[in-house]
Amino acid sequence: MMTLLILFFPLIASLLVFASGNKFAARVALLLSVIELGITYYVYTIYRQSGADAFYYFKEWISNPKISFHVGIDGLTLLMVMLTNFLTPIIILSAFNRKIENEKAYFSLITFMQFALVGVFMAYDGLLYYIFWELALIPIYFIALRWGGKDRVPVTLKFFIYTLAGSLLMLFGFIMLYHYNPSHSFDIRELYANANHICSCNQSWLFWMFFLAFAIKIPIVPFHTWQADTYKEAPTQGTMLLAGIMLKMGTYSLLRWLVPIVPHGVAEWGPLAITLCVIGIVYASVIAIMQKDLKKLFAYSSVAHVGLISAGIFTLNMQGFQGSVVQMFAHGVNVVGLFFCADIIFNRTNSLDVEGLGGIRTLAPKFNTMFMVIVLGSVALPLTNGFIGEFLLLFGVYEYNSWLSVFAGLTIILGAVYMLRMFQRIMLGNQNESIKSFPDLMWNEKIVLGIIVIVIVAMGIYPKPVFNLAQPALDLILKSATLK
Amino acid sequence: MNTLIYASCLGLLCMIAEIMDLRKILVSLVVIGLAVIFYFNFQDWNHLSTHFNQMVRIDNYSVAFSGLAIVLSGLVFVLSADFYKNDEKHISDYLAILVFILCGALIMFSFWNLVMLFLGIEILSISLYIMAGSKRFDVRSNEAGFKYFLLGSFASAFLLFGIALIYGATNSFHLGNIAAYVSSHSISPLFYVGMLMILIAMLFKVAAVPFHFWSPDVYEGSPALVTTLMSTLVKIAAFGAFYRLFYVCFLDTLSYVHVILAIVTAATIILGNLIALSQNNFKRLLAYSGISHAGYMMLGLMSMKTGTASALFYYGTGYSIATIGAFAVAILVFKVMESENIESFNGLGKKNPFLAAALSMSMLSLAGIPPFAGFLGKYYIFSEAIKNGNIAITVIAVITSVIGVYYYFKVILAMYTKEPNETEVKSNIAYTSIIILCLLLSLLIGIFPDMLMNIF
Repeated sequence: MMTLLILFFPLIASLLVFASGNKFAARVALLLSVIELGITYYVYTIYRQSGADAFYYFKEWISNPKISFHVGIDGLTLLMVMLTNFLTPIIILSAFNRKIENEKAYFSLITFMQFALVGVFMAYDGLLYYIFWELALIPIYFIALRWGGKDRVPVTLKFFIYTLAGSLLMLFGFIMLYHYNPSHSFDIRELYANANHICSCNQSWLFWMFFLAFAIKIPIVPFHTWQADTYKEAPTQGTMLLAGIMLKMGTYSLLRWLVPIVPHGVAEWGPLAITLCVIGIVYASVIAIMQKDLKKLFAYSSVAHVGLISAGIFTLNMQGFQGSVVQMFAHGVNVVGLFFCADIIFNRTNSLDVEGLGGIRTLAPKFNTMFMVIVLGSVALPLTNGFIGEFLLLFGVYEYNSWLSVFAGLTIILGAVYMLRMFQRIMLGNQNESIKSFPDLMWNEKIVLGIIVIVIVAMGIYPKPVFNLAQPALDLILKSATLK
Repeated sequence: MNTLIYASCLGLLCMIAEIMDLRKILVSLVVIGLAVIFYFNFQDWNHLSTHFNQMVRIDNYSVAFSGLAIVLSGLVFVLSADFYKNDEKHISDYLAILVFILCGALIMFSFWNLVMLFLGIEILSISLYIMAGSKRFDVRSNEAGFKYFLLGSFASAFLLFGIALIYGATNSFHLGNIAAYVSSHSISPLFYVGMLMILIAMLFKVAAVPFHFWSPDVYEGSPALVTTLMSTLVKIAAFGAFYRLFYVCFLDTLSYVHVILAIVTAATIILGNLIALSQNNFKRLLAYSGISHAGYMMLGLMSMKTGTASALFYYGTGYSIATIGAFAVAILVFKVMESENIESFNGLGKKNPFLAAALSMSMLSLAGIPPFAGFLGKYYIFSEAIKNGNIAITVIAVITSVIGVYYYFKVILAMYTKEPNETEVKSNIAYTSIIILCLLLSLLIGIFPDMLMNIF
């Protein structure tokens, strides 16, 4: 019952938001997403008492081919759902005090997006999962298309077609999987059970079908070309949804739908994939250093971070897995904070040019402090949430191959270079003449950044709940990913 | 069989309606009549029977496809009241001919004799030639009718020649006898030539490359309502007959034309999608998109060894419903904009959000995005093709469906990103209800496909 409620509540919410009219849409959306967050917390308490078994919901849906409506919540799913439902109210709140055309459609699309994302994380049947995966693309496309910047039309179209191409390959992969699988089913339990029975020549095809789809979504270099422009052109809330949650769809899927399902394919091609990830880390960090545009800089830093997360998953050891899960959560929170800071700056100065800003610190001290904490979290300073994840990830990569970890470790150093330099240029130094006034934070901005800062510090000091939550699910995945 | 007789009677009723001066209520009469026929059609469900000296056989296949055809023409008829508002003098002629198109389609689903197949195709085609040219004072409509007629008669000649050759080889028009001949005798060369001729005729009717040249011109020139019927009902009818004939008679000899089918399918999918990219006229765009969808359905036909009737039926339903929804919006827009280019959709998102949302959803369904029916339709076709080992063509089909997204999104982009002009686009009750109905059906069968997939 709770399973269905937590899944379908955002869908109902999106309809209610649309019905509530432009005047109340933002407030209704906020209220409903907070209720969804409450439901999530309730689910969390049940989960701690009785574990994942309480949440499996299985119903026959389509008889030929056998597709079932199979959803559930285990620790990994719960973490991702928590991330989604925690970030959505924050994202909605961040849009308060901003001028937005046609609010009812905007917030309705955001909550609809939430529904699709929760669905992606909860689906335990391959085709159901695929449907939610595609469904998530539609609202974000329209958000970017209608409320985006001036180059939005070609950029969003490229984004859509690029990711759709990946998705169709995945669909092809699922169909092949269905036919090669002796039990002819999309159900995740069957797929895990038969993972070692599919001949390895087919697995290597299957690996690429799935990997390309996820690599485009994550994005892993060299499939990242859609990303920076899309982040730049999308409205702030769209960028937050994309970078905070939608990227995690890709990394989550690597863990859930690739590594345990085609273990032979991963054994064969994993080394290449992890090398690509590490190349991406270095490449994206170097490009981030050169960026003049704040949003693009964050976009490339995001590529570097998710590159490390993906590398951790391909190490196929528990440290890498745990690190990737923690980092998915931490990166989601941090990147939303970063893009919101960019939005605050743009809102007041009408500029995102790193060179053209300066000395905001003296004008807006509260903003300065909060921005500083988020930047520190993002460069993985100890006692922030970024540190735990990156440390574990690097540890995992080191166990896999020490040379790779040397290059992967560059992410921390280069990350510190571009993030701190950016911070210094924008916030410190002399006040740039073009900045005439910079009012300090408004109430909604205070709440949003405050919550993010609290989470960054709290998770940095006490990350244990996250570990405990994901452990059983990761054990299962690791077991299925081991070759027999 | 009753279905066919009742439908013909309905056509006759339309013709005498002019004498009895029933023009005002004729559309409602026809729609009610179709509903009744729909009901009687399903009386034959699970009652296998042959009629007219075994010329016609009613089985579940024919009942299902006939049901679909009746629903599709019903949807189009509701649209016709407003479409022919200014031409009420001739409305009974138009409606009668449209009903005869349905009659032709019904025969094409239930034939059990090659002569019957020819009759069905001719009844359908001749009615269509007239309807394509039915805007008598429009040069392009005349061109469309004439072009369709010339090329269509060539195809009919091929069909007739093929039927004659097969008769020469097998001594029979009867499908059962032909099937028996194929499985028991050594097959004479005449038979293969005949089969090839029939194949060419059928490929022409479904507008597969390289026999597709008529379709964009005819679609463009015909009145929009006729184009709607042509791209849905007529296409389904052609595929229904194509599948029935080949599945019953030529299944064992299919491997001889496999290479031809494979090349034609690949070419249809690739060219249909690629040429659609550069189209600026909405009807031509949907014509080429229709060609590419024909390619996907050909992929289902190629894989008929495992019985792909239900996949084809599902795909056809999803495609037709989305197309009718799209045309319903387009007819409204064309009427006020007096242009059939994609630019006439500019800013529709601001002018009439309902129509824009509806057209977007139809486009998403045609592009194959879940949860609309277009997605599962593609899925079933691809799945059947992979099961039959046609992997290379399936890969091509997957890649080209990404190209498809580009041109469907051209329409969506025009609606949401371009600036509108002043003219207002208004909908009326008939169109609104048809559009909502199409969207709901598309979602319904997209989410609960078992309703259609388990019927065969």
